[in-house]
Amino acid sequence: MAIELKMPALSPTMEEGTLAKWLVKQGDTVSSGDILAEIETDKATMEFEAVDEGEITQILVPEGTDEVKVGTVIAMLAGEDEGDGDTESATAPAPSPAPSEIEQAPTEPVSVASPPPPVSRASDPAVPEGTEMVGITVREALRDGMAEEMRRDERVFVMGEEVAEYQGAYKVTQGLLDEFGPKRVIDTPITEYGFAGVGAGAAMGGLRPIIEFMTFNFAMQAIDHIINSAAKTNYMSGGQMRCPIVFRGPNGAASRVGAQHSQNYGPWYASVPGLIVIAPYDAADAKGLMKAAIRTEDPVVFLENELLYGRSFDIPDLDDYVLPIGKARIMREGSDVTIVSYSIGVGLALEAADALAGEGIDAEVIDLRTLRPLDTETVLASLKKTNRMVVAEEGWPTCSIASEIIAIAMEQGFDDLDAPVLRVTDEDVPLPYAANLEKDALLSTPQIIEAAKKVCYK
Amino acid sequence: MSGESAKSNLPPLSLHVPEPRSRPGDPVDFSDVVIPEAGKQPRPAENADPKDMTNLSYDLVRVLNEGGEAVGPWDPKLSEKQLLKMLRDMALTRAFDERLYRAQRQGKTSFYMKCRGEEATSIAPAMALDSEDMVFPSYRQQGILISRGYPLVEMVNQIYSNKGDKLKGRQLPIMYCSRRLNFFTISGNLATQYPQAVGWAMASAIKGDSRIAAVWCGEGSTAESDFHAAMTFGTVYNAPCIFNVVNNQWAISSFSGFAGAERTTFAARAIGYGMAGLRVDGNDALAVYAATQWAAHRARTNQGPTLIEHFTYRAEGHSTSDDPSAYRSADEAVEWPLGDPIERLKRHMIGLGIWDEERHVAMDEELANEVKAATKQAEKNGILGHGLHQPFETMFEDVFEELPWHLREQSEQAIREREIKWPE
Repeated sequence: MAIELKMPALSPTMEEGTLAKWLVKQGDTVSSGDILAEIETDKATMEFEAVDEGEITQILVPEGTDEVKVGTVIAMLAGEDEGDGDTESATAPAPSPAPSEIEQAPTEPVSVASPPPPVSRASDPAVPEGTEMVGITVREALRDGMAEEMRRDERVFVMGEEVAEYQGAYKVTQGLLDEFGPKRVIDTPITEYGFAGVGAGAAMGGLRPIIEFMTFNFAMQAIDHIINSAAKTNYMSGGQMRCPIVFRGPNGAASRVGAQHSQNYGPWYASVPGLIVIAPYDAADAKGLMKAAIRTEDPVVFLENELLYGRSFDIPDLDDYVLPIGKARIMREGSDVTIVSYSIGVGLALEAADALAGEGIDAEVIDLRTLRPLDTETVLASLKKTNRMVVAEEGWPTCSIASEIIAIAMEQGFDDLDAPVLRVTDEDVPLPYAANLEKDALLSTPQIIEAAKKVCYK
Repeated sequence: MSGESAKSNLPPLSLHVPEPRSRPGDPVDFSDVVIPEAGKQPRPAENADPKDMTNLSYDLVRVLNEGGEAVGPWDPKLSEKQLLKMLRDMALTRAFDERLYRAQRQGKTSFYMKCRGEEATSIAPAMALDSEDMVFPSYRQQGILISRGYPLVEMVNQIYSNKGDKLKGRQLPIMYCSRRLNFFTISGNLATQYPQAVGWAMASAIKGDSRIAAVWCGEGSTAESDFHAAMTFGTVYNAPCIFNVVNNQWAISSFSGFAGAERTTFAARAIGYGMAGLRVDGNDALAVYAATQWAAHRARTNQGPTLIEHFTYRAEGHSTSDDPSAYRSADEAVEWPLGDPIERLKRHMIGLGIWDEERHVAMDEELANEVKAATKQAEKNGILGHGLHQPFETMFEDVFEELPWHLREQSEQAIREREIKWPE
C-alpha cells in the first residue's frame, strides 16, 4: 500500500519551499518520527518527519530543488499492511471534488435579480382596543423594562459603573438597588474591559447580565469582549456555549460633551455577525425592546440616547409588553417620500414630515428600531410605495446605516427608485464642543426637509 | 545631539531593553534561576490571610527532590492509582502532541501546538479540580481534556476540521470546546478568558452553586489589560477562581523579561491585589497538584481567589508556525534546571516501587498506538483540505440562537446558486 509523502507547509501561509536535503534514500525503512528531509523557507528550516512506518520506495523530488509547491508529492512510502483498507485513501486521497468543481464553475454569476422570496418578519403584538395609554419618559421605560424582567427571571442582573448606589450616571437604574439588592445591581471597578469580560463569563455561566456602559464611548475599551467573545461564542463552540447578555447605555451625541463623548456606534456594531443591535426612539419601543433584548439567547448591543432619556411618550399600559427584535416601525404613513431613521433621528424626521406636509409633500417615516438584523422588508415595501427615499442618521456618513440602506435600495429596490436615495447625516468631523459648531455639525430637520424635496424634484 | 545641553552636568537618560540569557549558538546559562530545596516551602492554612504568605510569591513550591522523593508539607500524598493516572495522562498528552505535530507537517491540518515540558501544568490541576469545575484554558492545556477523558478521536476530528468535528469547522485547530466536560471554547485572543472566568465564578457564587472556575494564560499575556481587570474583579468580589500563569519563559520569541520577569515574579502580581499567590515548580506534577488543591479548597470555602505561577519551560516551538532555533539556544530545553515533568514523576514512582523502566517503555508504545489508532479513525472522517466536510449551509447556523430571516434568505439563495452551478 503506497502512501504519498507531500511537501509540507511550515505555516498556514507557506506556499512553496526548498527541499534542502534528503536524510533517507530509496529502499530505507523508516518509522514514525524519523527525520526524512530538511525543508527551507524564507523564514526557517524545518525537519520533515515520518508519520507512518514503511519503506521509501521512490524519491520524486531531488534535494536542492527550489520552489517546491506545498502539497507536491515528493516521495512514496510503502506502508505496513495493517489490514486497514481505509488508511491509504485517508492518507492520500484523490483531490476532493468540491475545489475542482469550483475551478470549473462558470465565471458568470448566478442572477441575483431573483432572490428567493423574503422570509417574513414578526409583527408587533396587537394592543387591545381600549388599552390605556400612559405618559412615561424613555428613562423610566428602560428602567421598567429591566425591573419587570428582573422580577420575572432571577438570573437577570445589572452591572456597571455607578449603577447601584448612584442609581446610574443618567439615573436609568433608578430604584433597582432598593428593589433587587446589591447582588443583582452591582457597582464595578472602573474598567469597561473588565466588566464586559466578566459579564460575558457570567452569561456563559448561566446568568443574564445587563452591562451598563456609562456611555458607549467608553465601551471602545470593551469592544474586544463584545465582538470577539460575546458575538462569536455560540458560533465558535459549534452551538455548545451561549452568551445571552445585554450591553446597554447612551450612544450618539448629547449636548456639549465634546468629540470623545458624542459618537454613534450603531454602524460599528451593526456590521458584526452574532450581535443584535437595537436603537429605539420612543418610550414604548425602549421598554418593549429592552424586555426582548433581555430574553433573547443572543448577545445584544442596546443603544440608548442621552437626549431622549427625559422625553415623555405615551406607552400602552400592558402587563408584559414585549416587541419583536428586527422589526421596523412605520411612525407616520405617507405616499410621496420615505424618510428612514432610528434613535434621535426619528424625532427630527417626524418634524421634517410635518413641515413637508405644509408644502404638499406626504412623507412616510420609518423607525428602524433594530439595526441588526435590519428590517429590509419594511424599508423596501415603503420604497415600492413612495419611490423616493431619504435616510436621516445622527452619525457620520461613511460606512453608516444610511450607506447600508442605500445599498439595499440599489440591490433590491432599484426598479422602484424614481430618484437617487439621499443620506442626511452629521458632518464628517469629530464633533466640536462650541455650541454653534456642534449644532452645525449635527443632523438637523431643515437638512432632512431639503433632501426630501430634492428627491421629489421640488 | 552633539549640541551643548543646558543640563550637560546630568547623566544622559538611558533605556533598558530586555535581552534573554542566551541566543542561538550561545552557551546556556541558567545560573540566575534560583532553585530552592524541595520540601522547604511552608504550606499556609487554607484560610490564611494573603498578606501573611507573600513570601510564597517569591519562593518556589517544590515536592519532588533531586532523588525523586516527595518531601515537605506540600506533598499531596497521592494514591498509587492517582499517580499512575497522572503519569499516563502526561505521557498520553506527549504522545498525542508528537503525532499531531507530524500530521501537521504532512499537511493533514494547518496548525498545531505542543505542550512538551508543560504537561504537569494542565494534567495535575485537572486532577486536583472537581470534574464539574469550569476551566477556561489557554491554547496549551490539551492535557485537561485528556485528563477529563475527552475522546482522542474527537480532538483529532477538531484538528482536522473534518466531518466529525463537533465545532463544525468553525475553529482553528486545537481551539477545542466541550460543554459536557466544562471546558470553555478556547479564544484566539490572548487572556480574554481571564475576566470571563471571573464572571463565570461570580455567577456561580450569585447562584449559590459550589463549582469554581480555573483559568490559564501564559506569562506573556499577563501584560494584557484582561489580566489586570480579572485580578481586580477577582479580589474585589472574592470570586471563587484560580488564576494560573504558565511561565514557560517564552511568548513566541519574546522571553519572559518582556512581560516583566526581570523585575519580579509573576506570582508577585497577586500581592498588589491582596490576593493569595503561589509560585510553583511547574515541572513537578505533585507540587502543581498540591498548589491547585490548596487554591481550590480556598476558593470553594469562600476564602478567595489564588494566583499560581507555574515556573516551567516551553521545550518546543510556540506552534508549528514557529522555528525557535532562530531566537534561542537549542540547548536551553535540555539544560532547563527543573528537568522534565514526566521523567521526574516516573523516577518518583520507580522509587516508590510502583513503576519501572520496562513498564514505562511498554506504556509509551501502547499510548503511541492508541494515538495512532485515534488519528487513523479520525482520518476516515477526512483531513483538512480534502473536500467539504461540513454541509456548506451549516455556516449560517449558530450565528444567532435562531436563524434570522436575513441568514435564512442568504442560506436559501446560496443553496439555489449551488443548484444552478452544480446540478449534480
